[in-house]
Amino acid sequence: MALDEIQIGGLGARRKRVEDARFIRGKGNYIDDFKLPGMLHMETLRSPIAHARITSIDTSKAWMTPGVHMVITGDMAAQHNLAWMPTLSYDTQAVLATDKVRFQGQEICCVVADDPYIAKDACEVIVVEYDPLPPIVNPKQALAPGAPIIRDDKAGQTNNICYTWEVGDKENTERVFADESMQVVSQDIFYPRTHPCPIENMAIISDYNSATGKLTIYLTTQAPHIIRTAVALVAELPEHMIRVIAPDLGGGFGNKVPVYPSYVIAILASILLTRPVKWIEDKTGNLISTGYARDMYFHCDAAIRKDGKIQAVRVHADTDNGGFFSDAQPTKFKIGLFHSIFGCYDVPYGYLTAQGHYTNKAPGGVAYRCSFRITESMFFQERFMQTCAYEIGMDQAEFRRVNFIREFPHRTTFGFLVDSGDYDKCLDLALDKIDYDGFKARQDAARKQGRLLGLGLSCMSEPLGAGNSREYDIIGIKMFDSAELRVHPSGKAVLKIGSKTQGQGHETTFAQIVTHELGIPADDILVQHGDTDNTPFGMGTYASRSTPTAGAATAMVARKVRAKAKKLAAHLLEVSEEDVEWELGRFYVRSAPNRGVTITDCAFAAYTNMPDGLEPGLENNAYYDPPNMTWPFDVYVTTVEVDPETGEWDVLKFVGVDDCGVRINPMIVEGQLHGGLAEAFAMAYHQMITFDSQGNCIGSNYMDYMIPTAWETPHFELYEVVTPSPHHPIGCKGIGECGCVGGPAAFVNAVVDAVAHLGVRNIDMPCLSSRVWEAIKYKKDVSGTPPLPGQ
Amino acid sequence: MMAYYREDAKVLSGGMSLIPLMKLRFAAPATIVDLNQIQGLDYIEEAGGYLRIGCLARNRAIVRSELVRSRHPLMSSAAPTISDPVVRNRGTVVGNLTHADPQGDWATVMMCLDGEVVARSTEGERVIPVSQFITGPFSTTLMPNEIAVEVRVPGATNFGEYHKIERKVGDFATVAVGVALQQQGGSVSRVGIGLTGVGPSNIKCYDAERIVSGGGLNENTIQQAAQAAAADSSPRTDHRGSEEYKREMVAVFVRRSLHAAAGIRAA
Ligand SMILES: Cc1cc2nc3c(=O)[nH]c(=O)nc-3n(C[C@H](O)[C@H](O)[C@H](O)COP(=O)(O)OP(=O)(O)OC[C@H]3O[C@@H](n4cnc5c(N)ncnc54)[C@H](O)[C@@H]3O)c2cc1C
Repeated sequence: MALDEIQIGGLGARRKRVEDARFIRGKGNYIDDFKLPGMLHMETLRSPIAHARITSIDTSKAWMTPGVHMVITGDMAAQHNLAWMPTLSYDTQAVLATDKVRFQGQEICCVVADDPYIAKDACEVIVVEYDPLPPIVNPKQALAPGAPIIRDDKAGQTNNICYTWEVGDKENTERVFADESMQVVSQDIFYPRTHPCPIENMAIISDYNSATGKLTIYLTTQAPHIIRTAVALVAELPEHMIRVIAPDLGGGFGNKVPVYPSYVIAILASILLTRPVKWIEDKTGNLISTGYARDMYFHCDAAIRKDGKIQAVRVHADTDNGGFFSDAQPTKFKIGLFHSIFGCYDVPYGYLTAQGHYTNKAPGGVAYRCSFRITESMFFQERFMQTCAYEIGMDQAEFRRVNFIREFPHRTTFGFLVDSGDYDKCLDLALDKIDYDGFKARQDAARKQGRLLGLGLSCMSEPLGAGNSREYDIIGIKMFDSAELRVHPSGKAVLKIGSKTQGQGHETTFAQIVTHELGIPADDILVQHGDTDNTPFGMGTYASRSTPTAGAATAMVARKVRAKAKKLAAHLLEVSEEDVEWELGRFYVRSAPNRGVTITDCAFAAYTNMPDGLEPGLENNAYYDPPNMTWPFDVYVTTVEVDPETGEWDVLKFVGVDDCGVRINPMIVEGQLHGGLAEAFAMAYHQMITFDSQGNCIGSNYMDYMIPTAWETPHFELYEVVTPSPHHPIGCKGIGECGCVGGPAAFVNAVVDAVAHLGVRNIDMPCLSSRVWEAIKYKKDVSGTPPLPGQ
Repeated sequence: MMAYYREDAKVLSGGMSLIPLMKLRFAAPATIVDLNQIQGLDYIEEAGGYLRIGCLARNRAIVRSELVRSRHPLMSSAAPTISDPVVRNRGTVVGNLTHADPQGDWATVMMCLDGEVVARSTEGERVIPVSQFITGPFSTTLMPNEIAVEVRVPGATNFGEYHKIERKVGDFATVAVGVALQQQGGSVSRVGIGLTGVGPSNIKCYDAERIVSGGGLNENTIQQAAQAAAADSSPRTDHRGSEEYKREMVAVFVRRSLHAAAGIRAA
């Protein structure tokens, strides 16, 4: 008899996370938990100002501080060809500043000492003299005539533009806009700068063994294999002499994809000193210098037919990229996958342009819980859809429905292939659960009493799980992923994956995939990841790609193992392979179903009793190159009440309906949605990194960079719809980021809806009470960053 | 010990302000005098016509104290808005006053309630009204050789509300307004109105208090008091909100509290 799949922890089982046993007992291992013999400690001196020429750096007092082993400046790094490094967007980035500082928090010197306190003390006695330059804190200032050229280090750079990009059909788009029967709706929206802010900051221990020549790097990274290749290229060491170990990650959210300057210097220092060097970043360093997210200005025009069908869109985006263009994104796309905008709607024509700008802010636009700038595109899309519905006088849900895609596959206006979904079903379910029809009456009645209620709707389908290798690569490496499976004689197994968990529970869910394919109980499968000496090559975890890619590879490798097990089964059952059938956990003879052997029997035979001509062992590997992205669909709808006197607002009810195809572990899916929606709420409610006119970062600690607590975070009511991915071996789609991507628009739409009768169409995030109050009081849009002294 | 070390030393109570300052390297005292081992300083009691709070009484104890609630409901209303449970478990009322953060909530509450700090040194003891104790941001009239041993609040009030706008739990105030009253059927025998986060220091609204104590509670005095309090505030535009917003919120909250006290439902 086939095994009960749920009971053994297979597909669909709400299996408790195996990782939690160590996390909740304080038995996890983060970088700072590792202590190597002879280890030294590094601290990084950062620039206190945003834009200045460096006139001198005097490190003599630091060198004389007792306990200091080395002080590294940019000039010293330059001797090793390491003053600058390449970025993931084909730009260059200063490792340690030699000519200028280009943002507050930029790395200037590193000190290596016996302990971190000595290193910090020594940093404080380094004297750096600056010749200040005017700081530029937004794209408008970057483009102003006479603005200083931030990247004067680059030959031929005569302005502050770091890229331009376009996609779409300009001619036909313009033709539609020229048609006078179209109603044209336009809007400008800003997505402020945010930060992924993992609780564990950046951290490294670099250990160079001068006897073996091997470099071991303990690193809190989402992409250990990519980092190893990058280090190999920069340090000119062969890959087999580099081992990257990424232990438990205290969060990542995209922040832990890039290589940061202090990593480079810690590695250099450990090679020069031939001792392990540890660097643990502090919270302020993390918030002011590492990969931020968003910071994008959006303009859109839509040409809409009388019946509400959008006929064409014209989109322009300006990004604020900071001092170096070091966005983490696939090579071909300069603004990530921003052109996934309007992906769930049938828009015949579109034309999209984008431009990037150097500013005196931290570099490194990372995909904060998002598949490369998809968060921005989905936010703008759904904010703009709401505005369009108001302007043409159509019901919010109806307007979306009229424009939904219904036939799959569908080529979107900007070139993606959306392959599956049942949008109406998801929307119907969400509207029913929020009592959409009843809400209008309640909203009207409340307004008569002077109370303000609002409802916000957000629908989206995002391309998750890069890539396919034709279109997606990072520094030339194609975006596939991998798995290696070894079944031991006892029938228990070890799965090694190229991806890496940053807390999503890979050790739990990836075992469940093997269980589904082989019938080995999930508790008998150990999942390993994060050690490059011990796992197959993979691109890491981000862009909701682990299950779509490494998860698929896991299913594929399990199938290869099953195919071999079948040969062993035929041998054990003394029948030909064609006569053997499979059910979960067991092979049996087709004509005599009672005669069978378990997967455990086959595993034992693989090492003890193999037929002539068959290799011993039961293991294999698989590299999975997805033919397409996966296309989840999500509807988030929320109701809020706004205090008309203070602008404070509360969520009354939140409903989410997510279709991420087949759910391997529904509990983990819900956990991912809760986390993502909490982050979405944070951005809508109170979170941002902003800068004053001098380029000082406001939001450089957790007093000013808000993380919502259980007190503010609303309750999320979640429902599911399942349309399997047509190409993923077990039908899964990405889900890790959906809440964070689609959530913000639902909250902002609800707040705007509460005051829309006053003529308000936009309140830029965060919807702090003061901004909502301003919209109510002056009956106007509140756009841009909050006012700051001197701006 | 304070007499011996004077300027070089810092007193440690809850450490919820001192430790962060040291962590950020804004403070690096040569000596720390830790009060936490001293027995009997964590009292909350009534004696001699005063509600007395010992210098080791934690915020959490205030939140939970029935005595406090029955004597000065404003204190019970304000205490839960101070930071989060972790900070309240350690942070003290007296430490909060001596720290004199202009965004601190206790100074406002104590100004509303005419609280006094009891300071002691080897030379003796003196009593300083909180409104004179705090001289500006992070500065007080406490002498380097003194320790604040107690804050005490006279008499009782039968109405008190603390309204605070914060961006999240644990945040300092964008705007906060405290209102305390002793009243009987519309006539008011004692009133305190104070503001946090809307000036270089905590603000006691003398004009607004006079309007209410002189004219009692009615729609007219309530509106006037709200305007007077807003006029007393001098907020700054920052990332928490605009000057105009903060000023208007002062009026909104004074009005809401006085309406609540008078049992008038807001129009
Ligand atoms: C995350 C966070 C959020 C916060 N939010 C708020 C808030 O919203 N509102 C608010 O009001 N406060 C807030 N605080 C501050 C908190 O209430 C502090 O605990 C309080 O301000 C200081 O009290 P303490 O007992 O911790 O004092 P300590 O940190 O021990 O001392 C503070 C200062 O007072 C001196 N001192 C302390 N006790 C005495 C004494 N008996 N005699 C003489 N000098 C003394 C110390 O030397 C030091 O200079 C917050 C703190 C944190 C960490």
